[in-house]
Amino acid sequence: MSKKKRWLSGPYVLWMVIFTVVPLGVVAYFALTDNITGAFTLQKRANVGSYLPIFLRSVGLSLVSAVICLLIGYPVAYCIARTKPSTQRLLYLLVMLPMCMSFLLRTLAWVALLEDTGILNTFLGKLGIGPLPLIRNYAAVILGMAYNYLPYMIMPLYSVIVKIDHRLVEAAQDLGCNSVQVFSRVILPLSLPGIVSGVTMVFVPAVSTFYISQKLGSTGTILIGDVVESQFKGAYNPNLGAALSLVLMALVFVCVGLMNRFTDDDGEEIVTI
Amino acid sequence: MKKFFSLALALLLVLTVIPVMPAQAAGGSITVYNWGQYISDGSDGALDVIAAFEEATGIEVNYVEFDSNETLYTKLKTGGSSYDVIIPSDYMIARLIQEDMLEELNFDNIPNYQYIDEAFKNTDYDPDNAYSVPYTWGTVGLIYNSKYVDTPTSWDALWNSDYSGKILMFNNYRDAFAIAQALKGYDMNTTDQAELEDCAELLKEQKPLVQEYVMDQIYNKMIREEAWIAPYYAGDYLQMSVDNENLEYVFPEESYNVFIDAMCIPKGCQNKEGAEAFINFMCDPEISAENLSYIGYSTPISAAKEYMDAEVTSSPVAYPDDETLSRAQSFTYLPDETSHLLDQLWLEVKTDGGNTTMYLIIAAAVVVVVVVLAVVLQMQKKKKKARRGGQG
Repeated sequence: MSKKKRWLSGPYVLWMVIFTVVPLGVVAYFALTDNITGAFTLQKRANVGSYLPIFLRSVGLSLVSAVICLLIGYPVAYCIARTKPSTQRLLYLLVMLPMCMSFLLRTLAWVALLEDTGILNTFLGKLGIGPLPLIRNYAAVILGMAYNYLPYMIMPLYSVIVKIDHRLVEAAQDLGCNSVQVFSRVILPLSLPGIVSGVTMVFVPAVSTFYISQKLGSTGTILIGDVVESQFKGAYNPNLGAALSLVLMALVFVCVGLMNRFTDDDGEEIVTI
Repeated sequence: MKKFFSLALALLLVLTVIPVMPAQAAGGSITVYNWGQYISDGSDGALDVIAAFEEATGIEVNYVEFDSNETLYTKLKTGGSSYDVIIPSDYMIARLIQEDMLEELNFDNIPNYQYIDEAFKNTDYDPDNAYSVPYTWGTVGLIYNSKYVDTPTSWDALWNSDYSGKILMFNNYRDAFAIAQALKGYDMNTTDQAELEDCAELLKEQKPLVQEYVMDQIYNKMIREEAWIAPYYAGDYLQMSVDNENLEYVFPEESYNVFIDAMCIPKGCQNKEGAEAFINFMCDPEISAENLSYIGYSTPISAAKEYMDAEVTSSPVAYPDDETLSRAQSFTYLPDETSHLLDQLWLEVKTDGGNTTMYLIIAAAVVVVVVVLAVVLQMQKKKKKARRGGQG
């Protein structure tokens, strides 16, 4: 690349340094200092371990919601990719439509739906059922996550599936593959990069989310994002909040790294038999 | 090309400067940082106090809300935004004074201070009346829905498993711990670690029964009967009871908190005179009457009662009798160590519970599956590569 073209990435590099690298340094600094004396300390950070159950809860719930998103999103993305290009654009727009509305608003809408005095339970009550415990449990939190992050799953899946060369499918059929084999040996492996980036794009925001668990979960489903938020907002202990964020970041890196093992830079090789 | 860039850059610079210099109104502008649902805003035919102030003085008001004293404290501490008037509670004012975060008021600009009752001067939190002017006072009691809940007499109704999932609790540690302290018979300003840990245990016991830790969300939840019982401020009960007649208020037989919220000017304010004008305006008996009739809190200005409906001033909820008030305790300044301990204990309460072992097993299983899959896939790939290499 010529020097001139490299210069074009300058604004972005500047942006990254100011808004990502420097804040990361600040987070690291806060994470390693004491909130009362301001001295460097590691000893106080040892108790970060006591939040392990909450970390695990966050990871567990977001993995489950990522899998649910995949199960729902894959067929949707596949169907969209197989329609006419003009229909594709419309359907793609519809998938993105919920994202035009505030995330908080969408979550609050679910609260209004699921509450004991909410729309669903009022309706069920008229039929003589319930009130069912639809809200303030793990299922509701997972539902909230899956609902909010589903578009992030469909988008990368769609963009990968739509690029799959249809001649490969025909070739497989010519060579005697039934539809299951076509899917499992041609389409699925080829869409693997989409699956990995879709799962990553759902998992990463879900694992650090707050608010969803506060609104849809019970007092016992607090996630690590809620703890971090509370430390910055009410407790004035940014040091603990920063330390938890750092651990979460490390955890996310490990998880994403593991997921990326599924796909390699030479991903297409898998189909060459 | 270069010219174009410098032109664009210059334009960008100009654009960024413009919002810094807003069209200055006659008296400039002030930023007021107040609790949510804590000013008469013109709804339900009440007086829009802020509009009235703007009209009277020509000072423009930016109005911002917070949901707890701790949120306010954090906002002030982290900086980045400046406020001209803040309205914290007594113990927080003491802390802000202690940490030199408040400006001394110039009472020449606040002549209406004369209307404040003597009982609200020379208080514990501001003994020299230098930093604060009382806005309201009030109590914390039990709000319950008489349709579902038998008249409670004690705070322990909040630990009653019959109301499991229908109980709300304060989402700030000072108010939450006060209830545990009242039940245990401890002083609300105790600094004793063992006593505070004891209270934290009590709150952890309550946690599975609690629907949500809330502040102003309580309005929605109690009015729509999503929750049945909650501790909250008397003034807010009076606002809520307008929308749901089944809501009742009771002073528990144990002690309870009585508080004063007062107007202060934080260090770093941009328009101190404007801020003092605002404080002065709010102390005008007529304005105070209009404002507090709407928000339901009790007035520290006896002269204001003349302008209020008898129904309001005779309300035993807003103005309890002396015998009831004798059970009340106010919060005082806590030393830093105690504040930090409370922060930590409160976090422990909030993060307590959850089936740890179950999660450990689930997470371990997930990790194992992922790792095995990754390894298997990798091996398969290598095999294929080797085969291809052999053929090639």
